[in-house]
Amino acid sequence: MSSADTDFIDLKVLSRELLLDSTDVGPKRTTSLHARRTPLAEPAAQFRALNAVDLSGGPTGTGAFDADLAASGWPALTPAPLEIFQINVGKLCNMTCRHCHVDSGPDRTEENMHRDAVDACLAAIDQIMAAPDSALHTVDLTGGAPELNPHFEYLVDECVARGLHVIDRCNLTILLVRRYQHLPEWFAERGVEVACSLPHYRKLGTDAQRGDGTYEKSIKALHRLNEAGYGQGDPKRVLTLVTNPVGAFLAGNQASLEDEWKAALAKNHDVTFDRLFALNNMPMSRYLEWLLEKDMTEAYLERLVNAFNPATIDGLMCRNTISVSWDGRMFDCDFNQQLEMDAAIPFTHIADFNLDAWQARQIRTARHCYGCTAGSGSSCGGATA
Amino acid sequence: METYYKPEDLAKFGNIAEGSQPLADAFFSYYGQVFEDGALSAREKALIALAVAHTVQCPYCIDAYTSESLEKGADLEQMTEAVHVACAIRGGASLVHGVQMLEHAKAKMM
Repeated sequence: MSSADTDFIDLKVLSRELLLDSTDVGPKRTTSLHARRTPLAEPAAQFRALNAVDLSGGPTGTGAFDADLAASGWPALTPAPLEIFQINVGKLCNMTCRHCHVDSGPDRTEENMHRDAVDACLAAIDQIMAAPDSALHTVDLTGGAPELNPHFEYLVDECVARGLHVIDRCNLTILLVRRYQHLPEWFAERGVEVACSLPHYRKLGTDAQRGDGTYEKSIKALHRLNEAGYGQGDPKRVLTLVTNPVGAFLAGNQASLEDEWKAALAKNHDVTFDRLFALNNMPMSRYLEWLLEKDMTEAYLERLVNAFNPATIDGLMCRNTISVSWDGRMFDCDFNQQLEMDAAIPFTHIADFNLDAWQARQIRTARHCYGCTAGSGSSCGGATA
Repeated sequence: METYYKPEDLAKFGNIAEGSQPLADAFFSYYGQVFEDGALSAREKALIALAVAHTVQCPYCIDAYTSESLEKGADLEQMTEAVHVACAIRGGASLVHGVQMLEHAKAKMM
C-alpha cells in the first residue's frame, strides 16, 4: 500500500462477510433491522410501539396528532405550493448509524432507484415546472448514501440543466472512497449544495451515533469540501451541516448552535461551513429500536408532545415537498416514506404523476409527526418556527 | 419507599405559585431571562448551572441541567469538565482554609 492509499477508505457494501465478521470481535456494530430480520423492521410494529404509549400532554392531551392539529387551527393538514422535489434514490449506504430512520446500511443493495424511475421523476419535475404558478426551486437527493446510486450523476446533471437548486444529503465519509473522491470538485462545478450529517463538532457524540472513526473521516471530508470552495459564503458552493441529537433529547436552538459550531470547527480543525440545521430524531426505525432498548420511548414521546409548538405547522416540510421513493412511490415526507404511508393520491407511481391531484391531497399523519412540531420545529431544511 | 426527594416533584415546580402567584411569576420570568442567549451563550449558562447544581447538590437541578446541557449542544466531555470545575472549587475551598489551620498551628507550636 502506498502512502497515498491511506487517504482513502474502503467501500464496504454488499458484504455478507462484513456482517458475519462484525459479530466476532471488538465493539458490537449496528446492523440494519432488515438484515437482522427483527419484527421492528416492519412499519406496523413501529406504529404499535408508538401507539402503545399513554400520552397526556399537548393541546388536547389525547396523543392524537390530528386532534392536536385541529385544536391548533388546522382541521386538515393541506399542501402549500410545491417547492421541493425530494428523491430518496436508495437505502444503500456505506455506514450504519445508530439513529437512521431509513434503516440504511451496506446490506440494502436491493432498494436502489432504476433509470426508468429516475426519468419518470424528471418528467414529473418538467410537469411541475410547466405549471404557470410553479414554485419548484429545489431537488433534494437523499438515501442511503445517494452518491451510491449508479444514476446519481445523471440525475444531478439533468436537474442542474433545468436551473434547479440541487441538494446532496451527504454522509461525508463517502467522499473518502476512491471512486467518489472527485465529487467535491464535481459538485462545485455544478453549484450543488452539500448538506452533511455531523451530529456534533466534537468526536465523542459523533462516533457514538455514526460509528467509531467517523469523526476523523468527516473532518477530512470537510477539508476536501473547503478546498473545493465550499463553506466560504459562496451561494453556488453552500456547505450545510446537519446535526441530530445523540440521544433522547430535542435539538437545540439552531442559530445559537451555529455560532458555536462555526467558532469551534474553525478553531479546532480550520474547517468552515455556511449554515447549520438542527433536527430532531424521529421516533421510528433504528432510533425507535434504541429508545425501546433504553426504555425511553414514553419519556421521549412525552418530551415531543409537551414541546408541541403550533407555530411550526405552517412551515412543515410535508406541506411544500414531494418525497419519492427508490421504487417511484410518492409520500408526504421521507419519514412517511420509511413508514410506507403512501400519499393520499389516486395514482401509485411517479410516472403517473398529476400536479393538480397532488396539490388537492390531504397530508397523512401519525404519532411520529410530533417529531417535526416539537420545540423550534424540525424539517430537512432545519428549524421551521 | 419514603424519601424527601421525589423525582416527579421536578415537573410540579410551577405549583409553587399556589402560595403566591405574583412571586412565582416574577421568579420564573427572571429565571427564563437569565438562561437566554446573551453575552454568554445558552449552552455556557447551562454548563454553569450544571456545575452549580453539583455544588448545591440539588438532584432536581442535576437531572434538569444534564438534559438542558445536552439539548443546548454540550457533550459528555464538556459536562464532565464542568462538574470538575465545581469539584475543584469545592476542594480548593476546603484546602485554602488549611492556611488558617497552618497559621494557627504555627502560633501554638514550638
